[in-house]
Amino acid sequence: MTAMDDIEINVTVNGRTIKRRVEPRLLLTDFIRHEIGLTGTHVGCENGVCGACTVLLDGLATRACCTLAVQADGRRIETVESLGRLNNLSPLQRAFWEMHGLQCGYCTPGMLMLMTELLRENPTPDRDTIRARLNDNICRCTGYEDIVNSVERAVELMRAEGPVR
Amino acid sequence: MAEAGKILSPPAGRQRERPDQRLNVIGTRMLRKEDPRFLIGRGHFIDDIELPNMADAAALRSPHAHARIKSIDANAARALPGVVCVITGEEAAQETGPLPCFANPTVEQRCLALGKVRHVGEPVALIVADSRYIAEDAAALIRVEYQPLPAVSDMMEAINSRGDTVLHPERGPDNIAEHRNYTFGPVEQEFAAAAHVVKRRLRWSRSGGQPLETAGAVASYDEGSGKFTIHVNGSMYNYIGFTIAAALKVPSHQVNIVPADAGGSFGSKLFLHKVSVLAALGARTSGRPVKYIEDRIDNITASDNHGSDRTYDVELALDASHRMTALRYRVVDDYGAYFQYGLGTHGNGFSQTVGPYRIRAVGAEIYAVFTNKCQQGACRGFGSEVTNFMIERIVDAAVEELNLDPIAFRHDNFIQPDEFPYQIPTGNLYDSGNYPGALEMAQQMLGYQDWRDKQQAARTQGRYVGIGIASCQEKGVFSATEFWMLNRSPGFALTSSPESASIKIDPTGKAVISLHAPCWGNSPETVAAMVLAEQLTLDPADISITYSDTDHGLPGTGPGGSRYTVMIAGAVTGAAAIIKEKLTRVAGHMLEADPRDLEFRQGKVGVKGAPGLEVSIAEIAMQAHFFRLSLPDDPTLTSGLDANYTYDHPLATLPKGEGDFGIFYPIMGHMCHMPVVEVDAETGEVSFLDYVAVHDCGTMINPMTVDGHVRGGTAQGIGTALLEEFRYDNNGQLLNTSFTDYLLPRVGNVPPQVRIGHLVTPSPYTEYGVKGAGEGGRMVAPPAVVSAIEDALRPLGVRIDTVPVPPSRLRALIREAQARRSR
Repeated sequence: MTAMDDIEINVTVNGRTIKRRVEPRLLLTDFIRHEIGLTGTHVGCENGVCGACTVLLDGLATRACCTLAVQADGRRIETVESLGRLNNLSPLQRAFWEMHGLQCGYCTPGMLMLMTELLRENPTPDRDTIRARLNDNICRCTGYEDIVNSVERAVELMRAEGPVR
Repeated sequence: MAEAGKILSPPAGRQRERPDQRLNVIGTRMLRKEDPRFLIGRGHFIDDIELPNMADAAALRSPHAHARIKSIDANAARALPGVVCVITGEEAAQETGPLPCFANPTVEQRCLALGKVRHVGEPVALIVADSRYIAEDAAALIRVEYQPLPAVSDMMEAINSRGDTVLHPERGPDNIAEHRNYTFGPVEQEFAAAAHVVKRRLRWSRSGGQPLETAGAVASYDEGSGKFTIHVNGSMYNYIGFTIAAALKVPSHQVNIVPADAGGSFGSKLFLHKVSVLAALGARTSGRPVKYIEDRIDNITASDNHGSDRTYDVELALDASHRMTALRYRVVDDYGAYFQYGLGTHGNGFSQTVGPYRIRAVGAEIYAVFTNKCQQGACRGFGSEVTNFMIERIVDAAVEELNLDPIAFRHDNFIQPDEFPYQIPTGNLYDSGNYPGALEMAQQMLGYQDWRDKQQAARTQGRYVGIGIASCQEKGVFSATEFWMLNRSPGFALTSSPESASIKIDPTGKAVISLHAPCWGNSPETVAAMVLAEQLTLDPADISITYSDTDHGLPGTGPGGSRYTVMIAGAVTGAAAIIKEKLTRVAGHMLEADPRDLEFRQGKVGVKGAPGLEVSIAEIAMQAHFFRLSLPDDPTLTSGLDANYTYDHPLATLPKGEGDFGIFYPIMGHMCHMPVVEVDAETGEVSFLDYVAVHDCGTMINPMTVDGHVRGGTAQGIGTALLEEFRYDNNGQLLNTSFTDYLLPRVGNVPPQVRIGHLVTPSPYTEYGVKGAGEGGRMVAPPAVVSAIEDALRPLGVRIDTVPVPPSRLRALIREAQARRSR
């Protein structure tokens, strides 16, 4: 086995510009988690089925476990860490908290990024629209209903407080 | 022999906190304390742990279901740059002993296969390298010479296995891991006297918890002290963690096990011995900290935690007035290649083996067989979910064969609310319940009659709409004493299953609770904070929670078996009582009042009937920590404000013999589910038109999180009923090793809304009357959903005896039924 030479990539992660040399085969999940240290992005099924690894790549929800870090070169990555922080949760995060949209918390970052994409596209999705998009990701704990309720609640909060970032 | 019926002199309980008191925090929908860190991506999951100079490990998996390992050549792997070391089974056996096993006689399982592989995916070698990528590259360079042996994957064939097909020849000449007959009550007499006997063969296929996070461990070995530190996302480390030290061949104080947040478990991380031992072995061999985390294929093929895999031949005896009198079954359970918990999953079912019904006798013949599959472990229900399926399927069969009303039949056979505490034939006790009340509530919430009318109308339009009914038990709080009666000689005869809490109030009045079992995706921090806030009138925001490792741990059995909320409520109540006693002593001195005249109010301790005459807990804490000389010179009044309390099982007795297990699982929850489904007879697809779930878990600490368990468990139960199955072929190859073909429910597979009804029948034995709820909807959804599908397809005469029923299987059943009718 001959390892290919490392390749330099330039990415913007949550607004920060990062230049790194990476192995061509390095997965974007491993780059985000272990090279940059943003461990909020999780690895679940490892073949693009569950969506726990969902990040936004140039604004589009993307399976980071099936993306190579080199494919992100020159692009903009947003992870869960770009949303609100502990004492300043975003409306979407707050809504998940209020409506019990998580239990173990493992699928949650992927869910939040998937729903961030939806709410940017459509700040007032109805229940069916939310469910249709939510079908992309798997949650093993909640049975989904409370996640749908959370997103509906986020729509309410955003109406009062302004759109999702 | 245990005689079924109401117990006239019920055992005394140790309940301190009555359910009927006015409560301020308990019972509210307080937002979870766990959530903020998860919402910002700052949980502490196992793969988030990074240690300096850490290496990564991967396991080489067996491609064979059954084979002798003739040789392993790892030279090329060892020579690969970046590889730190490669460990084979033989090398591991120099350093480690067998993995823990709670069957007796034990079944030997090694962290790396020794001499023989017994299922696809079994680890054969461990590769430690600078990165997981290099470790997997190296795995591909290892040459293993296997001599294939005949594999067995059919449980019925396994009963008759001989010769090379036998997995554990040192244990006997066949693949029967255990064969037992249990008789509880006058089974033969009841069947001889029966007016009707209803029979069915039922099949519950193998599925698993499959949390989104796999199992893993990060271990380091300190050469200076000879001590291991193992971070792991498992549980039970403060219960049986010492057995991991035994597997590593070191004294137990030389292993410190540190918990991590678990990204779901559903039983599958109950006791993670293998990943712990592999990571620790890698660390000691390599001299570096080692992370070993299962990938998804490892988890699906070799998690050691597949669920039950059973075929039942079940018979129900009824008298002339359609009262159920006795239940008799022969069950074959395919345990896979090893037998870590012995017959534990059947003992669990004995706790509620008559369901909510007045069945007087039970006969059980159990065959546990070895096959070339991943071994069974725990999966939300620990076998009792299958017992529930068996009972409700045979109840539905009786309803169909005797042309009865499914509601009235259940009503007439229920244990009635005035019959508690009720002893069932196995000796276990049901502490309290109101089964007719749950059924009536579900009927009302659903608009049962209205749906029956709609069903009729739908049928005239050629649509297949069905209403399912399932009334099931949810046992809570295991004592583990039933294991005495499962092993041939009591090899695992413990009688303790405690849980502890430690509370420290610091000098400023803020509280830290240490729990001695992990956060598993349940809500232990929320529950512990709510109970302590209730006890001390503290603001829950002033309470934080930590998790003890084994060095600092007190006895803690951990979440599992719907026990944890009951147990930490008991542990925190006990520890809080010690704190309260000291707070009132110090406050009494500060206020110059008799401690007996003091009460807790809004974070203060004050004199009853004297508003304003009070001191805050923070002031008392400051006094207790720093002003010893201002307090009476009493050797029992030491500085500080802290307490440890270990809460034992609230109600358990010693087993009395094989026909009477004693009281071992008595805190009895109950659920009644009524789904309404429509089946597309052309495609076999099932959709939900409505779903009502009434549950009774006694006093609810937090109704919001109870609802979460009901909804989440229901979704999992729907997965079990409709989608999930590990499919092995005749050669023992697992055909679905990813989530592409092992299907988990998505939002489109579950009801848009599960309408939940709360019935509250408090336990007379637990603090505040709390019962378990963690196993939730998975205990009842499978029979409820199947009942609804069968009801929908009644015009076609389709009978469903097997789960799961994915569209392909349902279509086959419909085709067969249509062919029968056209003949």
